[in-house]
Amino acid sequence: MSQKLSIAAEVFAYMEDLAGTDGIAVKVNLSKEKIEKINQVCNAYHNDPGELINVLHETQHEFGYLPAEVQDVIAHNLHLSVAHVYGVVTFYSFFSMIPKGEHPVSICTGTACYVRGAEMVLEEFKKELHVKVGETTPDGRFSINCLRCVGACGLAPVVLVGEKVYGRVSPDGVKAILEEYRK
Amino acid sequence: MSQYNTHLLVCAGTGCHSSESSLVYEMLRDEIMRKGLDKDVQIIRTGCFGFCEKGPIVKILPDNTFYTQVKPADAKEIVDEHIIKGRKVTRLLYTDPETAEHILDSRHMGFYKKQLRIALRNCGIIDPENIDESIARDAYQALGKVLTGLTPQETTEVIKKSGLRGRGGAGFPTGLKWEFTARNKAVQKYVVCNADEGDPGAFMDRSILEGDPHSVLEAMAICGYCIGATKGLIYIRAEYPMAIKRLKIAIAQARELGLLGEHIFGTGFCFDISLKYGAGAFVCGEETALIHSMEGKRGEPSSKPPFPAQCGYLGKPTCVNNVETFANIPVIILRGADWFSGIGTEKSKGTKVFALAGKINNVGLIEVPMGTTLREIIFEIGGGVKNGKKFKAVQTGGPSGGCLTEKHLDTPIDYESLLAAGSMMGSGGMIVLDEDDCMVSVAKFYLDFIVEESCGKCAPCRIGNKRLYETLERITAGKGVQEDIEKLKNLGSVIKDTSLCGLGQTAPNPVLSTLGNFMEEYMEHVHDKKCRSGQCRNLLYYVISEENCIGCMACKRVCPTHAISGEKREVHQINQDICIKCGACMEKCQFDAISLQNDYPRVTVMANC
Amino acid sequence: MIELTIDKKKVRVEQGTTILKAAQQVGIEIPTLCHFELCDMGIENRPGGCRVCVVEVEGRRNLAPSCITEAEDGMVVKTHNIRVLNARTTVLKLIISDHPFNCLVCAKSGHCELQSLATQFGIRSLPYEGEQSHYRKDTSPSIIRDVDKCIMCRRCEMMCNEVQTVGALAAVNRGFMSVVAPAFEMNLVDSPCTYCGQCVSVCPTGALTEVDHTNDIIRALSDPAKTVVVQTAPAVRAALGEEFGLDPGTLVTGKMVAALREMGFDYVFDTDFSADLTIMEEGTELLQRIRGHLAGDSSVRLPILTSCCPGWVNFFEHNFPDLLDVPSTAKSPQQMFGAIAKSWFAGKIGVNRKDLIVVSIMPCLAKKYECQRDEFKTDGSPDVDFSISTRELAAFIKQANIDFLNLPDEDFDDPLGESSGAGVIFGNTGGVIEAACRTAYELHTGKALKKVDFHELRGVEGIRSAVIDFDGLKLNIGIAHGLGNARKLLDEVRAGTSHYHAIEIMACPGGCIGGGGQPYHHGHSEILAKRAAAIYAEDERKPIRKSHENPSIIRLYDEFLGHPGSQKSHSLLHTEYFPKSNEVSIYLNGHNGK
Repeated sequence: MSQKLSIAAEVFAYMEDLAGTDGIAVKVNLSKEKIEKINQVCNAYHNDPGELINVLHETQHEFGYLPAEVQDVIAHNLHLSVAHVYGVVTFYSFFSMIPKGEHPVSICTGTACYVRGAEMVLEEFKKELHVKVGETTPDGRFSINCLRCVGACGLAPVVLVGEKVYGRVSPDGVKAILEEYRK
Repeated sequence: MSQYNTHLLVCAGTGCHSSESSLVYEMLRDEIMRKGLDKDVQIIRTGCFGFCEKGPIVKILPDNTFYTQVKPADAKEIVDEHIIKGRKVTRLLYTDPETAEHILDSRHMGFYKKQLRIALRNCGIIDPENIDESIARDAYQALGKVLTGLTPQETTEVIKKSGLRGRGGAGFPTGLKWEFTARNKAVQKYVVCNADEGDPGAFMDRSILEGDPHSVLEAMAICGYCIGATKGLIYIRAEYPMAIKRLKIAIAQARELGLLGEHIFGTGFCFDISLKYGAGAFVCGEETALIHSMEGKRGEPSSKPPFPAQCGYLGKPTCVNNVETFANIPVIILRGADWFSGIGTEKSKGTKVFALAGKINNVGLIEVPMGTTLREIIFEIGGGVKNGKKFKAVQTGGPSGGCLTEKHLDTPIDYESLLAAGSMMGSGGMIVLDEDDCMVSVAKFYLDFIVEESCGKCAPCRIGNKRLYETLERITAGKGVQEDIEKLKNLGSVIKDTSLCGLGQTAPNPVLSTLGNFMEEYMEHVHDKKCRSGQCRNLLYYVISEENCIGCMACKRVCPTHAISGEKREVHQINQDICIKCGACMEKCQFDAISLQNDYPRVTVMANC
Repeated sequence: MIELTIDKKKVRVEQGTTILKAAQQVGIEIPTLCHFELCDMGIENRPGGCRVCVVEVEGRRNLAPSCITEAEDGMVVKTHNIRVLNARTTVLKLIISDHPFNCLVCAKSGHCELQSLATQFGIRSLPYEGEQSHYRKDTSPSIIRDVDKCIMCRRCEMMCNEVQTVGALAAVNRGFMSVVAPAFEMNLVDSPCTYCGQCVSVCPTGALTEVDHTNDIIRALSDPAKTVVVQTAPAVRAALGEEFGLDPGTLVTGKMVAALREMGFDYVFDTDFSADLTIMEEGTELLQRIRGHLAGDSSVRLPILTSCCPGWVNFFEHNFPDLLDVPSTAKSPQQMFGAIAKSWFAGKIGVNRKDLIVVSIMPCLAKKYECQRDEFKTDGSPDVDFSISTRELAAFIKQANIDFLNLPDEDFDDPLGESSGAGVIFGNTGGVIEAACRTAYELHTGKALKKVDFHELRGVEGIRSAVIDFDGLKLNIGIAHGLGNARKLLDEVRAGTSHYHAIEIMACPGGCIGGGGQPYHHGHSEILAKRAAAIYAEDERKPIRKSHENPSIIRLYDEFLGHPGSQKSHSLLHTEYFPKSNEVSIYLNGHNGK
C-alpha cells in the first residue's frame, strides 16, 4: 500500500505541475532502476514495435499506470515516436496515465447491468466518494472506473473492488461495500 | 474419467466464480478428502454451465443432479447426504418456477430442454485446465483426421458444405473465407482468433475459452492447415484474465503433447499459437481494426477491400474467425458436413449461442438450433420476464443491433430474419426489456456506448453519432421538437450509408429500430413531454393528490418558484410550467399528498392558466 | 484495362485505378477533403476518413469512398444522385458542426478547403449543432496549432511521420475527442518538431498556420528611426505570382522588388547574394575536407552535409546528436545575409546596428525559428529580425492595396542585391550542391567549366546520386529532399556505410520551392514542377552563373572578410550545432551503446 500511495503522491505532484504550466508535460525523472525495469520488458519483446500493446500492458502492470516518462522510454526502446506511443495509450481505455486508487472500484455498465440499474449504483459511488469516473480520491484510496461487461450478467448489476466481485448491487448497498475498505 | 463412480462438477465460469464457486470447490474437495472418498469421487472445476442466474452451480454425474446457488457451507451436506447416503439435498435442487417442483435430473429443466449444445459441448463438463479430459471428449481427433486423411482443399470443402457462417456478427460463410485466404499465395499467412468480445451483455466467447479452450486451438490448427498458415494468434480482451490463464495452460499442454508446434501428428504440418491482448476498444472487434491493434497501433479500421484474406496482419494473408465459429469446426469435421447442415434453417446452419440477460428469469448462456423462435428462447428457455412484468422488447446484436417486439416473437431466428426485422445476429447478446424500460433511453444508452467507442477516424461516425446522442439526450430531457425526429432519421441513414467500418455502419440501428417499432414513445417524449416508463427523470412531475391534500399551505410556502397555488383548506395545484422539480414540496408535505408521476392532469392546469 | 460506367459515361482505366481517378479521366471532379497527394513524389494520404467523396456503386449496400475504392470491370457508378448528394451534404454539415464558425477572422479564410466545399455544396444552414471539441491553442516560433479547427483528415500526421519521419504529431485520443497532436498534447516547442512546415502546407483548414510577423514589419517600416532592409529568398519569386492569379512558374522578381520598395523598405536586397556567399564558405570547406581526407587526415569526417536548411538542421540536432560534426559549419544564406548586413553594410551606410532592421521573405517556416536562435544574436539582438513567408508577403501586398500585376519590373539594390545564377538555384532540390560544384570545380582545378549545368544533379526523386569528375577527382554526390529520405542517408553515415563525399539535404519535398511557407499547392505537384523550371530559367538568364564570379562577393572579401574560411568569416558566417534529445534518451543512448 505504501508504495502505491507514494506513486500516487508523485503523480499528484506531477499533475499540479501540469496545472501550473498551462498543460505542458513536465519531465519527472525516472530512477535508473525503473528505466532498467522498462528496458527488461521491452527486451523480452525483442524491442519489436509491433509488440507495443503487450509492452504497455506489462509496464502498466508494473507501475500501475503509464506516466509520460515511461512512455518516453518505451518509445525509445521500440524505435517509435513518443507521439505514436501516446496516441496508442490514449486510444485504448485500458491504459491510464493516472494511477488508480488503492481500491479501484469498477462498475460494470454493460447492457445487462444497465437495464438492472447500474447507472444508479454508479451515481451512488460518485456521490459517496466525491469523484467522477476515471478519477481517484485525493487520499489515493479509491478510484472509480466503468467497465463494459465483465461477463457476469447473471449477477447484474456487478461492481468490482480490486479483484473482488459484488453481484446484484443496489444503490443502498454501496455504503456497505465501501465500509469494508474504509477501515 | 471412468475409474470414478461419481463426478462432481463445480462451475468455475466467471459468473459462478464471482459468487465464490472456488470456495465451494475447495470445501467440497476437502470434505471428500476428509471422508476418504477421493478414490471414488472426482471433483472437477468446469467451464460455464450457462445457467448463470442461479450460480454457483454444482452438478453431480452420473445422475444429473443440478444444485443451484450453492454456498461453501453447503459442501458438507452435499457430501454427507448425496455422496455418502445417496439422498439428494432437496433444498439446493433447481425448482421449476411454474410447477414449483424440484427437478431431479437436469435434462428435464426447461432451461436445457430446447438447447442443443455444439459450440458449448464441453463447457460445464470437462476440466478446462486438464487436456486429458478434453482428449477423452475427442479433442484433436478432428485435427488428426484432416492431417492424416484429408487435403486442405477437401477439409475446406467440408466446412463450405456444412454451411457454417461467421458467428461474430455479419455471418460470412466460413469455408469461403478460408478458401479466399488459401488462394492468396504468400510465404507467411496467419490464422487469427477474434476473442475481443466487446459486445456488452455477451459472454459466449469468454465462456468457450474458459470452458473448452482446446476446441478453439484445434480449430485454429485445422484452419492453418487449410489456408497454409503456420502461425496462429488469439486476440483476446485483457479484461478476461481467467480465459487468458486457461488459454496459456491449454497452449502449453497442447505443445507438450505435440498437438501444437512442429510436425503435428508426425506429419509435415507445423502450427503454433500465441496471444495478443486487446486493451479496451470495442472497435477492435472489426477485423481490420483488430489487425492494426495486433500490430501495436491504434485500433482504427481501414477500408475493405483489401480484405485481410489478401492483406492482413503484417501485410500477409490473414484469416480472422471468431471464437464460437472456431468452436464448431472440430465437430463438423468429425460428424460431417451433412450432420451440421441438417441443423438450422435454409441459409443459417447449425446452432447459435445467445447470452440471455436483462429482465429475464434465467439469465445465462444458451445454445439453440438456428430457427428457434424468440418466444421459445425467452419464455421457455429463459423462463419468461422477471417479476411477472410485461414483455416489451428484446435487444439483439448489441450496439449494432436493434430492438424486436411482441410481433417478432414467433419469427424463427437466423441471420436473414434478424436483418429483415431491423436488427442483426451480432455476437448473440439478447437483452430482454420489460414495461419499465424507456425505449428512447435504451437507444440513448447504446448511442452513449458508440460515442465512447467510436475510433474517430471517419467523420459520420465520429461526429454523427455524437449528434444522434445529443438529440436523444434532448428528447429524454423533455426538450425535443418534432424536427429532432426527422434529424434522427436522416442522420441515422446517412451514418449507416457512409461510415467506414461495421461499427459506424450499424451504430444507428438501435435508434432506427426503436424509431420504427416505438415511434409513439418518441412522440410522447417530444410532444407530451411524457415518459410512460417513468425512466426519464426530467419527464417526471410533482403532482398533488386531491385525496390526500388537506390544503395546509406548507408546500406552497416552501416552493422557491411559487409554482403552487391554492387557498387554505383547498386542494393545491402545481403549475408544471414554473416547477423546477426541486422536490422541496414533497419533502415538506406531511400527508403523502405529493408524488412523482410520469404525467400530470393537464386539462386542469390548462384551465387554471 | 477495365471498363466501367460513371454517370452514364464509359471509361477505360488500368486495373488498380480508383473511382476518383477514373472519374477525372472523363472530366468528373468528385469533391474530396481528406484525400491528398503529390503523385510525383510518391506522397499520398487517403485514410478514407472524411467520407465527402462517397459515390453510389450499383450492387453495393453502402456508399463507397471514391478515393480508395478501386474501379472494377463493369462497375456502374453514380456520383451525384439524391442519395449521394444528401449523404455528402449531411457529412459536410456534420464536419462543420464540429468546427468553429469564425471564418471571417481565420488565417486560412480564402484558402480553406472546408470553406470552399461549403460554398460548392451551397450549405446555408447548420441543423446539427452540438458540442464542439476544444483544445489548447499552441504557438511555437513558427507554427500555430489551433486544433479546434482540425477535421481529422490526417494529412499533417502523414507528412510528419511517413514523409518527414519527424514523429512530432500523431492522432491521439479516441472518437469525438480525437485530434492530431504532439505527445502528451504538449507544445510543439517541446516536441521533436523541426518547423519544416509541411504540416501547414497540407492542412486543409486553419488548424495549422504560420506565426504571422507582418505587423512587426509594419511597425518597423513606420518607425522613422529605423533603416529597414529586406532580403528575398530564391524560391519566393517563382511562387509569389500564384497568389495574384498568375500561372504557376511565372517569375515575378522585378514586380516583387517594386512592391517591396513601394511598401517602404529602404533597401531591397536578395538572399541570392548570400547564397553565393554560402557557396564560397561551404565550397571552400568542402574542398578542404575532401583534400584533407585524401591526404590521409583521419580527423576529417566525410561526407560533408549542406547546412543551409534550418528544418534539416533541427532534424539532425534532434535525431542525430552523435553526428553534429558532419554538417558544414556554414550558416544558412538567411543568417549570412543578416550577419553581413548588420556589420559590413551597416558600416557602409553609417547606421547603428540597433537602428538597422533586417527582414527576410522566405518560402519557409523554419526560418522564423532560425532567426530567433541564440547563436544568431549579438548582445541579444538578432541578425535577422523578422522572417515572413511568401504567403504573408502576398497578404501584406494585398493589404497595402498595391496593384501587383501592373507594377513595373525593378532591380535589387546594391551591393547585397547582386547575385549569380548559382545563388538562384538554391531554391530547388539539388541546387545547392550544383552551385557548390560550379565553384569548387573551378577553385580545385583552376580551369573554367565547359558546361555550367549539372543535369545529373537535378530531378524529383527523393534520393539521387551522381559522380562528378573534378578533373580526375571523382566526387560522389548524394542528394535528398524530404526528411524521411534524409534519414536514410544519415543512417548510412551513422553506420559507416555511406560512400558519399558530399550530401545536399533539403527538408521539404522539392526543396525550397515546396517549402512550408509557399502558396498552397493543394496537392498539385505540377505546380512544384513549374516553380522548379522557373528557377532554372532564372539561372540561365543570369549573366553570371558562378558564385565566385559575383562582383559584389569579390568586393566583400576584398574589403571586409579577406578570404573564404578566414577568421572573420568564421566569426560571422559559421556556426555550431547543439544536441536536442531529452535526458531520458541520452541516458539510454549511453546505456545501449555499451
